[in-house]
Amino acid sequence: MKLDARIPDGPIEEKWDRHKFEMKLVNPANKRKYDIIVVGSGLAGGAAAATLAELGYNVACFCYQDSPRRAHSIAAQGGINAAKNYQNDGDSVFRLFYDTVKGGDFRSREANVFRLAQESVNIIDQCVAMGVPFAREYGGYLANRSFGGAQVSRTFYARGQTGQQLLLGVYAALSRQIAAGNVAMFRRTEMLDLVTVEGRAAGIVTRNLITGKVESFSAHSVVLATGGYGNAFFLSTNAMGCNVTAAYRAYKKGAGFANPCYTQIHPTCIPVSGDYQSKLTLMSESLRNDGRVWVPKNKEDTGKDPSDIPDEKRDYYLERKYPSFGNLAPRDISSRSAKEVCDEGRGVGPGGLGVYLDFRDAIERLGRDAIEQRYGNLFDMYYRITGDDPYRTPMRIYPAVHYTMGGLWVDYNLESTIPGLFVAGEANFSDHGANRLGASALMQGLADGYFVLPYTMGNYLASARPEKVSTDHPEFKKAEADVAGRVDKLLSINGKRTVDSFHRELGKILWDDCGMARSEDSLKRALTRIPELREEFWENVRVPGENDTFNQSLEKAGRVVDFLEFGELMVRDALARDESCGGHFRVDHQTEDGEAKRDDENFAHAAVWEHKGDGEEPVRHQEELVFENVKLATRSYK
Amino acid sequence: MNLTLYVWRQKNRDAPGEMVRYPAEDINPDASFLEMLDVVNERLIEKGEEPISFDSDCREGICGTCSMVINGQAHGPIPGVTVCQLHMRYFEDGSTIYIEPWRAKPFPVIRDLVVDRAALDEVIAAGGYVTANCGSAPEANSLPVSKENADRSFDAATCIGCGACVAACPNGSAMLFTAAKLAHLHELPQGQAERQRRTKNMVDAMDLAGFGNCTNHYECEAACPKQISVDTIARMNREYLRARWSYRDEG
Ligand SMILES: Cc1cc2nc3c(=O)[nH]c(=O)nc-3n(C[C@H](O)[C@H](O)[C@H](O)COP(=O)(O)OP(=O)(O)OC[C@H]3O[C@@H](n4cnc5c(N)ncnc54)[C@H](O)[C@@H]3O)c2cc1C
Ligand code: FES
Repeated sequence: MKLDARIPDGPIEEKWDRHKFEMKLVNPANKRKYDIIVVGSGLAGGAAAATLAELGYNVACFCYQDSPRRAHSIAAQGGINAAKNYQNDGDSVFRLFYDTVKGGDFRSREANVFRLAQESVNIIDQCVAMGVPFAREYGGYLANRSFGGAQVSRTFYARGQTGQQLLLGVYAALSRQIAAGNVAMFRRTEMLDLVTVEGRAAGIVTRNLITGKVESFSAHSVVLATGGYGNAFFLSTNAMGCNVTAAYRAYKKGAGFANPCYTQIHPTCIPVSGDYQSKLTLMSESLRNDGRVWVPKNKEDTGKDPSDIPDEKRDYYLERKYPSFGNLAPRDISSRSAKEVCDEGRGVGPGGLGVYLDFRDAIERLGRDAIEQRYGNLFDMYYRITGDDPYRTPMRIYPAVHYTMGGLWVDYNLESTIPGLFVAGEANFSDHGANRLGASALMQGLADGYFVLPYTMGNYLASARPEKVSTDHPEFKKAEADVAGRVDKLLSINGKRTVDSFHRELGKILWDDCGMARSEDSLKRALTRIPELREEFWENVRVPGENDTFNQSLEKAGRVVDFLEFGELMVRDALARDESCGGHFRVDHQTEDGEAKRDDENFAHAAVWEHKGDGEEPVRHQEELVFENVKLATRSYK
Repeated sequence: MNLTLYVWRQKNRDAPGEMVRYPAEDINPDASFLEMLDVVNERLIEKGEEPISFDSDCREGICGTCSMVINGQAHGPIPGVTVCQLHMRYFEDGSTIYIEPWRAKPFPVIRDLVVDRAALDEVIAAGGYVTANCGSAPEANSLPVSKENADRSFDAATCIGCGACVAACPNGSAMLFTAAKLAHLHELPQGQAERQRRTKNMVDAMDLAGFGNCTNHYECEAACPKQISVDTIARMNREYLRARWSYRDEG
């Protein structure tokens, strides 16, 4: 596997402009001769599909939901970053770039991150033009808030529903192109395989979730924008349907998978309350602007009513440990600190797995109305789920799996190791290194879809001049037969255990052994437990119903099959990365005061896995990361 | 807690459906309504029966996927929430619960509680956008928007497109859905250029898709999980009249 990042020459500020000029263009009249498949209708896929169609390409877009508007981007709450410097507080493209590289614990590719920071300002312009109702000040100008890992206020937001508003903007643009006949939209259609012919991406095989029909689609190029794989853990803040299937199937067809062990555990989620739990709910990080995180100083106080615990008996541990960032310390650090105090027995709530997020002081200082204005919908949501009123009593929060920085490896053009296969949004590995800063995923998805792919796609088509392959080609037929065979097999096992019970068990293994803290022992244990579980799955799972009807158990089973294989790759990667960095915390690599200890000498690279066939060990490759503009340093938020 | 469920079962679009009784025993009151159904489904599968199909994705009230009528009310008894945000502690132990799909002509049943809502996408495709190709935008702060307008626009834009308004309306009307989109765009300067064209095309598309008329029952507002106001409908009607007289599509 050859990893050529194809980073353009020149100073970092000029790379993207220069590259845009040097890339080949497709003549306007020729664009409609090209067919492009976009899998995914979230911020990344939806924006790419709409924009490529605006340019004149023929686009086919796929999503598993019943409408493109329901992609999981819809659930993002807090906001989107952009280096507009509207607050005059010292922000700049370079600072956003710097914060993102540092926040990612120096494990991302500088050139990509710089481009992201550059495009961030265009994103806000574009969204406003399309009618995204961002929050505004009384003067009519756009408002900003702060987010973790930054000391400037650069986050744009629409109350606690930023992802919804951005996605509705994308969906509107997409709908316009659907109406114009430039995008064919396939709803409730799941991609189950990638087809390559002579080493190039030639199309996909899908299953219609209503009729069960297995079908092939061919195109000149394929974009995957299928989101993250956090649901490998069963419990996460992702939507029920989020999956790794598209990315994992591409990996099995030869696309390198980068850094699968980089998962982000978000510090502020509502704690688990019982074994019926189907997902975890995020409380936006923006709450940490005004909420103060604490636990009792003494174990004995953990059972007490929080209002009976006076200030001197509270440990505001983030403010204590990280005085300059305080409650806004980055996510990985905040999550780990919460785990630490709970491990010490100072956690609150059922099972001692929770810490307080307290608004008492903010309400005193700013008044209840101001807090309601800022966080009203989040407070309501918390109340509905827990039955506790956060205006009166502190919220209880605990970390949960939230985002996956790992993903399919892509070069500067967002092209994977398979020519003609592009990957955008959370599904790729590109910009966040080992830890993503808040409000940067929305930015990346839209940058990829609106401003990067539309250029780099043209360059691919104009230089490679790929031919479209007929879906009668044997590779398509073979992939169709594989998919149909898998479906038949799942339906015929007729064992004793439900799909969910296997998924839950896998999630527990990953959370315990490859979660917030990982050790060589725990990872090795997981490496034996996962294959055992997988084996049992294929003998003992029960998937009721048939293929040719709407069958949700079958849908889930297909996704869990891939999680059961992919989980192992995650663990393997975590074991091979013998250092701590960002969200990847190896207990065997920490400083005296418990911070992640990187090993830049041996691990300043992206690890890229190559599939070698079922039952074979995958091979680990490395893309060395070169830091020319940000000095490698120990991350400090103290 | 222990409950008795009556659930609509229907194998596919053309098959006849019926209410089937299921006991739901030993349910944790902290579970959500959908988690209660998950538990029931797990038990059905273990017994060798087919689970109840129902739609959900985000399970936090924002994607608009979940959709069911509980005891005659779209999204159940608590105002301002979707069914995925409804928790069992709001039900009494021992109660009987009737669960049905959205019922409206433009929403055919796919299976059990799952319906096809593509008709809503068609209404948006008819004009629910600002025609602004990527790349053509001016600097975002070049056009101030009063906070009041931005807030009103946002309030309308919170629509999650779940279709509860349609399901609750005796006429199966999508007026609230359509009016919310129009209000979202028309409160903003960016929405002005296409205002009349948009109104006319979306209202016409709504009729074409088979949604019924509004006869002022206002059940939609009561069912809306985002509590979008029916005032938007009055504004849409005024706008539509104006558009019909003064706007003619070149085509
Ligand atoms: C609760 C929550 C809050 C968040 N808040 C923020 C925030 O405030 N700021 C921020 O920057 N980021 C936030 N994030 C992260 C951010 O929302 C996501 O990373 C981002 O939206 C992902 O966008 P995407 O386009 O890559 O994927 P998604 O929006 O997940 O879209 C994936 C698409 O792929 C489709 N798909 C997937 N698999 C298949 C398949 N096999 N076949 C066919 N289609 C498929 C889906 O149907 C969907 O259309 C949040 C995430 C969560 C979970
Ligand atoms: S499942 Fe998303 S709104 Fe209910």
